[in-house]
This record gives sequence, C-alpha cells and structure tokens, in this order.
Amino acid sequence: MNENPFVGALEWLADPMRWSGPAGIPVRAVEHLGYTALGVLVAALIAVPIGLYVGHTGRFKGLAIGAAGVARALPTLGLVTLFALLVGIGLTAPLLSFVILAIPSLLAGAYSAVESADPATVDAARAQGMTEWQILTRVEIPLGMPLLIGGVRGATVQVVATAMLAAYVGSGGLGRYIFQGLGSQDYPQMIAGSLLVIVLALVLDLALLLLQRVTAPRGTAAA
Amino acid sequence: MSWVLDNLDVIAGYTGAHLVQALPPILLAFVLSLPLAKLANSRGWLRTGVTTTSGLMYAIPSLPLFVLLPGLIGTGVRSPLNIVVALTLYGLALMVPTASDGFRSVSRDVLGSATAQGYAPGARFWQVELPLAGPVLLGGVRVVAVSTISLVTVGGVLGVPSLGMLFVDGVRRGIAAEIAAGIVATAVLALLTDALLVLLGRVLMPWHRGRKEGRS
Repeated sequence: MNENPFVGALEWLADPMRWSGPAGIPVRAVEHLGYTALGVLVAALIAVPIGLYVGHTGRFKGLAIGAAGVARALPTLGLVTLFALLVGIGLTAPLLSFVILAIPSLLAGAYSAVESADPATVDAARAQGMTEWQILTRVEIPLGMPLLIGGVRGATVQVVATAMLAAYVGSGGLGRYIFQGLGSQDYPQMIAGSLLVIVLALVLDLALLLLQRVTAPRGTAAA
Repeated sequence: MSWVLDNLDVIAGYTGAHLVQALPPILLAFVLSLPLAKLANSRGWLRTGVTTTSGLMYAIPSLPLFVLLPGLIGTGVRSPLNIVVALTLYGLALMVPTASDGFRSVSRDVLGSATAQGYAPGARFWQVELPLAGPVLLGGVRVVAVSTISLVTVGGVLGVPSLGMLFVDGVRRGIAAEIAAGIVATAVLALLTDALLVLLGRVLMPWHRGRKEGRS
C-alpha cells in the first residue's frame, strides 16, 4: 500500500457519490438499523414476557440462566451461515439468527429487572391489596426499568454486530462495504465500512445508555 | 455426519489454529487486568473512566475491529495477530471492571488485619487480597473465555484460519453438515474450557467449594 489506508478511507467516505443511490451509505445505514430494530423487536416479544414471568414467579430460573449461557457459547457466524444455507437467501435467515442471539440478553435483562425489586417493597404492595399483575406492572417493572433497558442495550449491540455478518450471506446493511472491499482487495473501503459500523454501534449504545439513565425512577440509584 | 467423519483431520487442524488465537487473549486479559484494576481502584476518576471505556469498547462489533487493526499495528489483514490483539482488548473490557469489583469486594478490615500481622504489601496482595478476590475473578475469566472462543470464528470471513473456516467453506460449498460441525465444535470447545476453569477454581480455591459462585 503506497498511501496510508486511513487517508484512503476518509477519501472514500468524502466522495459525494457514496452518499446517494440505492447502494449509498444512507440506504445501507437505514437497512442496518432496520434489521437491528426488527431483530430486537421480535426477540423482545418472545423473551421479555418469559423473563418477566421468570422474574416475578422465580420459576424456571435455572433453566433461563442455563439457556443464556449456552447461547453465549454459540458462534454468531455459524448461525448466520447455517440459516442462510437452510432457509435460503433473504431476510428470514438473518432475522432468525438475530432473534436467537438477542434473546439471552433480553431474557436476562427482564428477569433481573423484576428480581431487583426489594422484596419488602413487593410485599408492601401486596399488603396494600395490589393484584399480582398490578405488582408486576406498577412496582416491579418501573423499578427495574433501567435493567430492562440494559437488556435491550446488550441485545442491540449483539444484533448490530450480527447484522454486519448477514451481509456476508447476501443481505444489505453496512457490512456490504467491508465484504465488497475484501473481495476487491480495497482495504481503504473496508476501513471506511468498519468506521461506519463502529459509529452506528456507538451511537445506538450511547442512546440506550441515556434511555437507561432517564428511565431510572426518581429516588433510586441508577443501575 | 459422513462429512464430519471424512474430515476429522481438517476439523482437528482448525481446532488447533482456533486455540492458538483464543488462549493468548484469555490469558493476557486475565494477567493484564490485575494491575489495571488495581490502578483503576486507586483513583476514583480513573475507575469511572475505565468503566465507561470498557462499556464503549464492548459495543464495537468484532469484525470492524479485526479490519481496523492491521492499519493501526501494521499486520496483514489475514494475520491471526489481529484476532489475538482485538480479542485481548475485548477481554480487558470485560475483565478490568470485574477485577476492579473483585478487589473492592475484599473487606478493608481483612486487609488491615493482614498488615497488622506483618504482611508486606506484596505478600498481602498475593496471599490475602488476590485469593479473596479469586471467585469474582474466576467468574470474569469464565465469561471472557466463552465469548473469546466464540468470537475467534468471525476471523474466518477475512480468511484467518479457525473453526470459523468451516462456516465460510460450508456456505460456499453448500454443506450444512460442515457448518453444523463448526457450531458444535466451537460450542464444545467453549464449554470444555469453561468446565476446565471451574475445575481449576476448585483446585486453587478449595475453601470456596460448595458456596455460591460469583458469576456475573
């Protein structure tokens, strides 16, 4: 390489051509965000109710922790490629892997959120005549909200990274630039794509961190 | 299944390459996290800084980091060294806050009594503080080990040999069994390493047996 690849990457990013058209950076970024949002949303619909149930009743806790541990040992790229092969090219295959990989964080976030409520507070709510549903929705969830959002944050970080690998098996998103660069031995383009993904991931992480702080109920220490 | 039986030597070769990239980061993250955590605990602002940096570091996806490192440290894109350096950074991001918590969990009174009994600062660290922080440290290393072993596979898309190559090659040639073998081999490697660490913990910290584990 004759010139500094980082200078090349900045030149690549500064080219106005990159910022328009169907393969432009805005379109790819929106695709990437869309995959992430969809993956986390579907996973949340499955994992959050289960997590709340486990946290509230204390049942199946060992099972939930064990499942989360096994899921952490699963290689992301393996799931993405296996589903791509079994289900075929399209959005279903990557979405399946996003959901599987997002579930452990969401599950852990939901049950630890409910569990974090002081048992004395929960008993006080029960003594006041609140139903179990009211205890869950008016006491345990509001108190544990930062932990619940923390689970969403962990899941989002995981899915943003996996959404990039999905480009490897034919999906869109910002990962495309890295794999195109790899194919054509264009290292500056790979760096540019990497910087874009890193910025996106950090922005999402900071936004959710902020949400975590904002949702902490007044009078309690932020998690 | 027949693919697996016909290619046991391939799988063994990739497993070896996988371990060569996974074990140094796990070990380095553990060893380096001890002085860094002690340093972070010595100043309040440093501790906050370390926690924030670790959180942000952990949010960075692995593939972009694997791509950026060659430009920063002058290695080739396909060099296993990139993977080792990147995974050491992730390991530190997980391990330093954990070790910092672990050292803080050691009671000041206990440390004070050790000093009163005549322990020199160095001996007090090795014989009192480190063993007492041990269970929390073990919990941290277990998480680092499992996630490191899983992350090594990502290098496969860049052509760095590891069990990840089974995914890359499997999807290219359309062999689902090859990918499945890669997933199983990686998960087994991760769970075996985890079990080994638990065993090591029992041997090194016999007093801790049977009590609740400090899993984070």
